Amino acid sequence: MSFDYESKISKAVQAVPPSAIRKFFDLANEMQGHVISLSIGEPDFTTPWSIREASINSIIEGYTHYSPNSGYIDSRLAIAEYLKRRYGVSYDPKTELLITVGGSEGLDLAARALINPGDEVIIVEPCFVAYKATVEFAHGIPVIVETKPENNYKLMPEELEAAITDKTKYVIVGYPNNPTGAIMTLEDWARIKDVLMRHPDLIVLSDELYCELNYLDGKPASLTQFAELRDRVIMVNGFSKSYAMTGYRIGYLAGPHELVSQMFKIHQYCIMCAPSASQFAVIEAAMNADNEIKKMRDEYNHRRRIIVQGLKDAGLDCFTPYGAFYAFPCIKSTGMTSEEFCEKLLIEKHVAIVPGNAFGKCGEGFVRISYAASLDDIKEAMKLMKEFVEEHKKG
Amino acid sequence: MIDDLELLRLIENNARLSADEIAVMLDTSAADVEAEIKRLKDENIILGYNTIINWEKKAPDNCIGMIEVRITPVKNKGYDHIAQILSKYDKVTACYLMSGGFDLMIIYEDRSLRDIATFVTEKIAPMEGVLSTTTHFILKKYKANGIIYDNPNTDDRQAIIL
Repeated sequence: MSFDYESKISKAVQAVPPSAIRKFFDLANEMQGHVISLSIGEPDFTTPWSIREASINSIIEGYTHYSPNSGYIDSRLAIAEYLKRRYGVSYDPKTELLITVGGSEGLDLAARALINPGDEVIIVEPCFVAYKATVEFAHGIPVIVETKPENNYKLMPEELEAAITDKTKYVIVGYPNNPTGAIMTLEDWARIKDVLMRHPDLIVLSDELYCELNYLDGKPASLTQFAELRDRVIMVNGFSKSYAMTGYRIGYLAGPHELVSQMFKIHQYCIMCAPSASQFAVIEAAMNADNEIKKMRDEYNHRRRIIVQGLKDAGLDCFTPYGAFYAFPCIKSTGMTSEEFCEKLLIEKHVAIVPGNAFGKCGEGFVRISYAASLDDIKEAMKLMKEFVEEHKKG
Repeated sequence: MIDDLELLRLIENNARLSADEIAVMLDTSAADVEAEIKRLKDENIILGYNTIINWEKKAPDNCIGMIEVRITPVKNKGYDHIAQILSKYDKVTACYLMSGGFDLMIIYEDRSLRDIATFVTEKIAPMEGVLSTTTHFILKKYKANGIIYDNPNTDDRQAIIL
């Protein structure tokens, strides 16, 4: 008799499938020979040296203990100063900021702090794969709003409003967007704000991890910038993407004290505090690295244009992305599904990209291409994709 | 309108980009890029295109000397006269006027220590106006032209990331 694990494991956990990308990458890892990967969702830059040095020095000085649960006050002050400087918004570092283990912890804390079983949470797809999972782990019911390429993958106010019911607890928005590269300007957000003003009970969880990677004007645009919404927007942010600090596992939540203090309790019992050395890195990143991130943003921007042109040359439709480091072209003209396209491209041309359906059903027919890769790799991959599309033209 | 600073930074880091590629990267036309590069060449802002080579791997016996030169300025010509003469030698790869305890810094590359010593004793020291020289030899390059030597060129990012 083998042990009956199935009856023991939480139904909510069992119901969540493993990440669809993971399956695909098992295949990539088994490939022999050189694979050009435009699949990775993290910067190819090394963390700027001054940031690395700040964390090294903190270790040398012996700051290797627990920090206060919310994070060192100097780190929170630095984040508050950053938000003031870059967003023009004010958060009290003592009561309205919580330093987390990456942005991902913030998503989880919000779900666990807000959801009662059966509450609905609106998720705007295609999106980062963790949104839906964190909601489901917390016994919430995801309600999907699908954005469309003809709207440049922006969240449309009428689509949001149509999804709101009396059970809706909060809505998760993630712009600049992974996987589409879409952005929302302040004018776009203003239209969403109008919807939210008609639904005064609705909370917003705004994932802004890619906030600095905006190629339209280089500035973050966010619902937090509307004072009217201040009491019900939770910003999830961090340093992983904009500052090339993924391995530091450091992020933060900013929001009204009444919400942050509840999320704080979960954080306190489950995590204690974010890594101390990473918190010292944050001080340097938030205070002194604006030039460093501009350099990276400029380089991403050059690659972005090369990718968009390369996709056009390959004969694929692609809306022009203005954020993050992804392009999300349509591959329907090849007659293949997203997974077939990616699998064949990997096997035949040794180029790894990610099927769009990993980010939601509406991602079917699209693929995510990351330009967090060297220019040489990008150019070579575009050449190979062009060959591939030509070889597989329908008919 | 091309941002000429952005263009210069691009080709400073990668001189092999084609005009077509630069045009895409800067969201402009190849003709505009070519015209702008021509203008920058005409104005002596773009002086040339080098390849950064790790000669320590290809010709490990080559030798680089950094020669400090103290001089008496020549009337009406200041330090320029001697600096310009020294700059004419092919093997002088750089020549700078310096603040501090000496006047000119000469970087000289040749096949051996003896070759450099010969250059200093036979060419620099006897020049009229040269008061003294101090020669340093480079033992190992860790970083030059903004490039860290022997930087492991590997991508250790995990393929499996959400």
